[in-house]
Amino acid sequence: MAVEPDLKIELGKQGVFVTTISEIYNWGRKNSVWPMQFGLACCAIEMIATTMARYDLARFGAEVFRPSPRQADLMIISGTITKKMAPQVVRLYNQMAEPKYVIAMGACAISGGPFKQGYNVLKGIDRYIPVDVHIPGCPPRPEALIHAFMTLQARIDAQPLTGGDRPRHLDADAQGLFPVPEQGAHDLEPPVNRLVWPLPAPSTSGKPTGSCE
Amino acid sequence: MTATDLKSYRPPVIELSEEGDELLEVAMGPHHPSTHGVFRMDVALDGERVVRLKPVFGYLHRNHEKIAETTSYLASMPYTDRLDYFCSLTNNWAYAIAVEKLAGMEVPERAQYIRVITAELTRIQNHASAIGFLLQEMGASGTPLMYAFREREKILDLFEALTGSRMMCNYMRFGGCRVELPKGWLEQVSKIVDGLPEFIDETEALLTGNEILMARTQGVGILKPDLAVNAGVTGPMLRATGVNYDIRKVDHYGIYDRFKFRVPLGDHGDIYDRYMIRILEMRESIEILKQAIKDIPAGPIMDPKSKIRGFRPKAGEAYGRIEAPKGELGFYLISDGSPNPYRYRVRPPSLINLTVLEDMCLGRNVADVVLIFGSVDIVLGEVDR
Ligand code: SF4
Repeated sequence: MAVEPDLKIELGKQGVFVTTISEIYNWGRKNSVWPMQFGLACCAIEMIATTMARYDLARFGAEVFRPSPRQADLMIISGTITKKMAPQVVRLYNQMAEPKYVIAMGACAISGGPFKQGYNVLKGIDRYIPVDVHIPGCPPRPEALIHAFMTLQARIDAQPLTGGDRPRHLDADAQGLFPVPEQGAHDLEPPVNRLVWPLPAPSTSGKPTGSCE
Repeated sequence: MTATDLKSYRPPVIELSEEGDELLEVAMGPHHPSTHGVFRMDVALDGERVVRLKPVFGYLHRNHEKIAETTSYLASMPYTDRLDYFCSLTNNWAYAIAVEKLAGMEVPERAQYIRVITAELTRIQNHASAIGFLLQEMGASGTPLMYAFREREKILDLFEALTGSRMMCNYMRFGGCRVELPKGWLEQVSKIVDGLPEFIDETEALLTGNEILMARTQGVGILKPDLAVNAGVTGPMLRATGVNYDIRKVDHYGIYDRFKFRVPLGDHGDIYDRYMIRILEMRESIEILKQAIKDIPAGPIMDPKSKIRGFRPKAGEAYGRIEAPKGELGFYLISDGSPNPYRYRVRPPSLINLTVLEDMCLGRNVADVVLIFGSVDIVLGEVDR
């Protein structure tokens, strides 16, 4: 339970610092996000530019891109995911440490982008793994990535440690490993992960509500 | 792998080297900190020594050529930006040349100058980044890449002012350029060009005489000129072997015959030469830029007769090529008179320069593979297309 902000300020003036475990815990988590050094296509160059001197992601405590998924807790999906690459992306995600987050950067990562018509292009990584923040753009500017990063921080900050919305690593029943798709005869098998890509809601009028190609 | 799939299951084979030692097979990539992109090298190692190296392509195959065959000529222009995403403006130019040849269009003077200016700026930022990434892979993490990206950002600011986009510029059109230069843009360019030699001097002071750089790159990854020519290698990779071949000089596309510049050549064909060639080429590009900014005439930027929308060239074929920062970038088009090309084919320098990777790596240590790969300067969007 959060402390009332006014009371907290008043107590602070008297030299009493009041906080909650979740506040301190989330503060620590949100300021030490470690992204994985992982680029897929054009968007990756803008991701690199974000870490360079002008945009300086280091301000967020996230300057060290980890070469190994075991040391990372943020995956920035920066670019086009082909069906040949998708299994590797899911496998790397599985290897990351909990609690872990995903930012889908750019039109391709969200939906296949300009290459959506391509037979070999995955129409969005959210078919296989949960995505926390989507950034539109082709490529999104570094400022957009920073904004996504701040959005993610706000999300982490607001996560309760108990209850239904608690992060996955605090929920013993939550699924941690996501099925890695395989190359089938025509397409990836399975084509989507039903846990993160639900079917469209059943329509009441009898007409289909949309396709889930 | 399902249980019914046993037939296709291949147990790991332990191969033996010629001396009878066991070989270790390593898949470097498609996710590997040193491959900067989704590229895989299947390497067979005897201890640390590379005895075989097979590149595995296709992790970024995005159907560029097929998509281009199903859309109009103009609609492919933004896709060319995404081929070599460091050099969208030179990609635009190569494609525009191919279409202009196909349709027999003329390009006005002013547009030719603008194309040269944007292309040389692209070359500078590409080479700067290539050197930065090479050093990054050598373990000098940070400083050289930071220097390179600092300079790159200045050039991207110019591109953004001109085209509205930092990376995916989509600026050239068949028969000219899309928009007129913004007010004060040329002054801005010359200000940045005047500052560039200082950046190159600074980079050289840091790197050129650096003992570690020399130890790790001189005599490493040697490419012989005859192999390079036979394999179709072009660009700085080829010139580092000492072969004097620069399409700007050979083909005189655009208006390159009007500018005075030299073509730097190496003579060892090793990584160090490739690094030096890129430094020297940046200096030459600065010379070209100075001349172009001085001479640029006033006038239209678009051939008034050229038709962009509803464009249908006559049946025929054309090949347009340029000296892109990475080598010969060509577009081959066949038209059957319909609004979209019947066949659209890209000749990407990155892919063809990669074909000699195994020859350069054999017998070297696995740590050298990382450097040799970095010195080729590839972009995966162009390799797999
Ligand atoms: S969204 Fe655009 S810039 Fe990003 S990977 Fe896709 S095509 Fe490239």
